[in-house]
Amino acid sequence: MGTTLAEKLWASHLVHKGEGGAPDLIYIDLHMCHEVTSPQAFEGLRLAGRQVRRPDLTIATEDHNTPTLDIDKPIADLTSRTQIDTLRNNAKEFGVRIHSLGDADQGVVHVVGPQLGLTMPGMTVVCGDSHTSTHGAFGALAFGIGTSEVEHVLATQTLPLKAFKTMAINVNGDLPEGTTAKDIILAVIAKIGTGGGQGYVLEYRGDAIKSLSMEARMTVCNMSIEAGARAGLIAPDETTFEYVKGRPHAPEGADWDAAVEDWKTLVTDDDAVFDTEVNLEASDLEPFVTWGTNPGQGLPISANVPNPEDIADADQREAAENALKYMGLTAGQPLKELEIDTVFLGSCTNGRIEDLRAAAEIIQGRTKAPNTRFLVVPGSARVRLQAEDEGLDQIFIDFGAEWRNAGCSMCLGMNPDQLKPQERSASTSNRNFEGRQGKGGRTHLVSPLVAAATAVRGTLSSPADLEDADVLVGASA
Amino acid sequence: MEKFTTHTGVGVPLRRSNVDTDQIIPAVYLKRVTRTGFEDALFAAWRGDENFILNQDAYKAGSVLVAGPDFGTGSSREHAVWALKDYGFKVVIASRFADIFRGNSGKQGLLAAEVQQGDIELLWKAMEAEPGKELTVSLEDRTVTCGDITVPFEIDDYVRWRLMEGLDDIGLTLQNEEDITAFEATRASWRPKTLPAKTEPKQEVVAARPAK
Repeated sequence: MGTTLAEKLWASHLVHKGEGGAPDLIYIDLHMCHEVTSPQAFEGLRLAGRQVRRPDLTIATEDHNTPTLDIDKPIADLTSRTQIDTLRNNAKEFGVRIHSLGDADQGVVHVVGPQLGLTMPGMTVVCGDSHTSTHGAFGALAFGIGTSEVEHVLATQTLPLKAFKTMAINVNGDLPEGTTAKDIILAVIAKIGTGGGQGYVLEYRGDAIKSLSMEARMTVCNMSIEAGARAGLIAPDETTFEYVKGRPHAPEGADWDAAVEDWKTLVTDDDAVFDTEVNLEASDLEPFVTWGTNPGQGLPISANVPNPEDIADADQREAAENALKYMGLTAGQPLKELEIDTVFLGSCTNGRIEDLRAAAEIIQGRTKAPNTRFLVVPGSARVRLQAEDEGLDQIFIDFGAEWRNAGCSMCLGMNPDQLKPQERSASTSNRNFEGRQGKGGRTHLVSPLVAAATAVRGTLSSPADLEDADVLVGASA
Repeated sequence: MEKFTTHTGVGVPLRRSNVDTDQIIPAVYLKRVTRTGFEDALFAAWRGDENFILNQDAYKAGSVLVAGPDFGTGSSREHAVWALKDYGFKVVIASRFADIFRGNSGKQGLLAAEVQQGDIELLWKAMEAEPGKELTVSLEDRTVTCGDITVPFEIDDYVRWRLMEGLDDIGLTLQNEEDITAFEATRASWRPKTLPAKTEPKQEVVAARPAK
């Protein structure tokens, strides 16, 4: 019997086979750090008198609580400033490469790794951040870890892990116009639930996945954790190789040829068997939005707010009742009538250049809804620079959007970019948990296209809802 | 790490599913650089509600949390485990845990015990019938006892052994250091290294300013 891609990646990184129920020891090719989940790990090393085993496989950047305005001034929030200073001091003390605020290579850690060419097929990638699953888009085994594990990887470059189960997510057919990778993954989570992927590595397969760009694939894999899976994977192909080639850390010459030869073996064998398979028809999809307070509570945008009484499962029904109360919604309300106070375009899910291009194409020549704020936060400083080269910044500014510096920003509201209580957002980020974007804030997760159309109309909208939509809806999205 | 064999303490019935780590500890509390002192941050948003279970006198001294399915979903923040421990919890019981949360708990000596949802309902009813009632959790026997009720729980054998022995993971791994060094010698030359650092040409990043 053949093996799956996930099993191949596991086997090729096995340092020591666990015996008698002990976990396997797995080698880690790339460890990314940021300011929030690393300070206690470095402190642990210091207390134990340990070093970072492989500084040359480690990289740090500042993203979670950095401001997106006035980045040339000292950080106003003192606890944020202390945390950033702590990361800088730790990087210096332990010899770890760091890209700090103001550096062209600073940004959300999951945007920075791929753009530097540090994320490649066939690797194991970890970070003290659950959205590390993003890097699985390259055919890498990539997953988030806790701070104790951060310390473990810093000290040993390995992790003791129990083998995952494997799940195939087959997305067949073609995506309809106006739908995107974000709609695929929101539909997958709504289908299997926020716990459906627990214990699994998901492998996304099928024509709809193969036809996605590299950045769109990252959007899909990014939210694997929202289905409970620590990792999501897509087998590498020409799209992947093309994306990696020429990036700063990409192999060159004979090394490139050897690498590609290796990467071409990174596929699930035809006769391999997954522990579970899930099928989804892409042509049935519409733009998806969430109505509740977990990412599995999503529906097509044309739907109405669900009635909890229609939900058979008692836990799900109670969760829906709590969600409607928190979100200030009434069963039966059309989702498209919900007025949106803030649109947030950014995050490790949808803060890359293609996301900005897709949104800019929708808003160009249109006027922003007067009562809706539109916050645009590029995923990295390089993305911002590239957008400025392409004139996208001017499109956003002319429209009335706020054009910010790079970081996690309103995705998790650790910096000043937060919703006020009861404020409602349409957000291209990944989590609609209670208070995620600010205490009392109400989040609807959407694609960049829905975000842009919503900023035009002021209510949850898809591009098809815009007047003269047929002229403007982008083919590139 | 302290050895864990059995624990007896006040049970707290938390009748909610999908308790994500943003609820266990909101992001604003993650800016601290210490590993302790997070007790005030536990369930911070919910504790503003005077009816919240931990605001009720009978449950304030709780040390065994019994929650609904899919506990600890979302963010990987280990601060969620630290906050539960700092508050005084020794055990969390649920029918399903998010993978990262379960892993973090094991590293920190917080017992994440998986109990069937039907048995959780029994425990909830027993605790609610007598608020402040104590539960006994035996890691040795893998059981939870509340008055007359004793139900089994599941936990990974290896994690159980480590908790009972109070062993540190890094120390265990370093027993295999020769294997790590041997593995490193076989890595292909084209695998990327972060050092020496390579980037696109450096460019100036202009600071965004507040809207006028």
